[in-house]
Amino acid sequence: MNIISLLVRKPLAIGAGLLAGALALSGCSVTGAGPSGGATGKGTGTVHALFMKQAGYSEDDVAKMVGEFEKKNPDIDVEPTFVSYEALHDKIVTAAPAGTYDVFLTDVIWPAEFASKGIAADLTGRIPGSWKTDVLGGALDTAKYEDKYYGVPLFPSTKLFYYNKDLVASVGASEKDLQTWDGVLKVAEKIKAKGKVEFPLSWSWSQAEALVCDYAQLLGAFGGRFTADDGKLAVNSPEGVAALQWMMDSIHGGLSNPSSTTFLEDDVTKSLAQGQTAFALNWESTLRDLDDPSISKVVGKIGVMQTPAGPSGDRPGVNGSMALSIGSHSKNQDAAWKFIEFMSSQENQEKYAASSMPSWKSSYDKPEVTKTNPEVFKAAGAQFDNLISRPAMKDYNRASQALQVELQNALLGKKSAQQAMDDAVAAANKE
Amino acid sequence: MSTVTNTPVPDVAAPPVGKRRRRLENHGKLAFWLLLPAAVAVFGVIVYPILRTLLISFFQVDSVLAVDTPFVGLGNYASALASPGFWASMGRTLYFTLTSTALELVLGLGLAALLNAPMKFRWLFRAVVVVPWAVPTIVNAAMWKGIFNAEYGAFNAVLLQLGLIDHYQAWLGDPFTSLNMVIVADVWKTTPLVAFFLLAGLTSIPKELYEAARLDRAGWPRMFRSIVLPLLVPSISIVVVLRTVEAFKVFDIIYGMTRGGPANGTQTIAYYTYVTAFSDQNYGVGSALSYLIVMVILILSTIYLRVLRRSGMSLV
Repeated sequence: MNIISLLVRKPLAIGAGLLAGALALSGCSVTGAGPSGGATGKGTGTVHALFMKQAGYSEDDVAKMVGEFEKKNPDIDVEPTFVSYEALHDKIVTAAPAGTYDVFLTDVIWPAEFASKGIAADLTGRIPGSWKTDVLGGALDTAKYEDKYYGVPLFPSTKLFYYNKDLVASVGASEKDLQTWDGVLKVAEKIKAKGKVEFPLSWSWSQAEALVCDYAQLLGAFGGRFTADDGKLAVNSPEGVAALQWMMDSIHGGLSNPSSTTFLEDDVTKSLAQGQTAFALNWESTLRDLDDPSISKVVGKIGVMQTPAGPSGDRPGVNGSMALSIGSHSKNQDAAWKFIEFMSSQENQEKYAASSMPSWKSSYDKPEVTKTNPEVFKAAGAQFDNLISRPAMKDYNRASQALQVELQNALLGKKSAQQAMDDAVAAANKE
Repeated sequence: MSTVTNTPVPDVAAPPVGKRRRRLENHGKLAFWLLLPAAVAVFGVIVYPILRTLLISFFQVDSVLAVDTPFVGLGNYASALASPGFWASMGRTLYFTLTSTALELVLGLGLAALLNAPMKFRWLFRAVVVVPWAVPTIVNAAMWKGIFNAEYGAFNAVLLQLGLIDHYQAWLGDPFTSLNMVIVADVWKTTPLVAFFLLAGLTSIPKELYEAARLDRAGWPRMFRSIVLPLLVPSISIVVVLRTVEAFKVFDIIYGMTRGGPANGTQTIAYYTYVTAFSDQNYGVGSALSYLIVMVILILSTIYLRVLRRSGMSLV
């Protein structure tokens, strides 16, 4: 017997045998997945929950919420795990077959994928009818796909416009001058001309979902939409191209920081906190960090308002809400639902209103809640009435990546705006 | 067993055939049980996933929980090979592999020569040099990401204070520049490993050879060419094969530093495969891509080993 056959033939035969056995066990699907591996459970025991490390409600906050929940439900034990947003999607997907996480946080862009691929459990039957009227407009739809609900909204989110009051005042301007993007650019020019900061605007334009969120908000301001009526990506429309051209011009004009193409939201927050940036879009949770003296040099100097209007007069915010979903292969779905009910309850969400917005309508009329974070409540409240959503596509991830790459190609001067958006549409809509 | 010890056996003669067979059978059983854990590990963790991946690569699997998975034959391979993203990331990977391996080899050889030189505290230098390699890749990636940061990176500060640049640059902002910056981070981390392989080779060269060469009035370049290099060929070949394969599979440093950006400029083939399989949930094509990577690595290793064996013989 020669070396090759020793090394290859035997393991191959044994491997093939193992494989055949595994396939027989799993009912002839190459993924090894059955139609359903989940169970409702007894409503007790351990609930594994997947959260993300983020700027809003923190890991400590989640620990507090979990502690409270366990006090009320002594026979349920919640084990939270935290990953960064950038790792969340892949973590959910790879853990799905094993049913590792009973509860996980779903971004607004994933329900179509998770629902159509059977990763998230259908919660329609569990959601009380009253929620449809009591939950903030559109927030319940965060995790809706084909008329079914696959998650419960938790702390809805959008990008607000932050500005450095001192820098704006230093050129004799005020919030009134910042109501349109044109107005923002004019003030930015003055701030740059005075030499106050080198680049007045910073953005989260690195190759990530953050770039698509910023683009969404500008697209809305230019009166555009992501998709055409047939549900396919159509950002090569005149509005879609104009929004991108505006982004490119703001870099070439020296008003936007060219390093923005390496920034995530956190880098933008840092730049604002150091007083190096006058204007930026960021999530509603940012103000808390900017008013924290341990990390910010601009405490009390940052104003927050609804996103500026574009040429169309529209000023929608990007829908960046998240929801709690139950894994379809979770063996303990009843207990998981109890935890979700508690987390998304009005009482629980209102407690953390200083950093994150609640998803219940009536919270916005309660002075004792809004007073904890008055500026953000005012700006976010107005913006939640007018949101632009990223498309609900089954392969959103692929479309988004195509869009991110082409947006960056244009921002880095490798392609014209029209060419980039044409290429993005072609790549995203390819079957 | 007891029969063997009780019966007096002549020194040279073998034990009777029947007894010997039984003894072998006993040994065989023992060996089987001793090898079982290793076999389970090898088959369970390596062979089974490899075969499973091969199987999946022939099916259309677009969900991790897919039940309906039509057989597509070589369709996944065809669509992977037809995709421009595949060839673009293959090109970047080739560039990454060749550049980083070449740099690591040259710098590693220099470092090995220094560490081999007689000097005080040589043990200390040898210990310090190994530190970059001991740093986990993901930590290394986070560290270099900080060093190259456009706003507060140390690299910008050093260059500015030396007067080499007049304002801060986004080193990870341009596709090609950032690929080179990732190479720098990889070279920093891996050069010590290469140096240690080569150092082992250097220390095994007998001093007499140098002395003899010196008697023949050979200079350093000549000694390097005729003694050091030929005798280092085995070490170099190991390093080159190891590093080529490792560099071709580069993933974690990309994940940590750039996540494939900007504009896919640092998306190597392993990262492309990861995105296809796990982010896009296209497991069929992802599995096909894995097998294409394996094939390329096998081809590269074969060529390298052939070339080095031939040149090794010709040099000696």
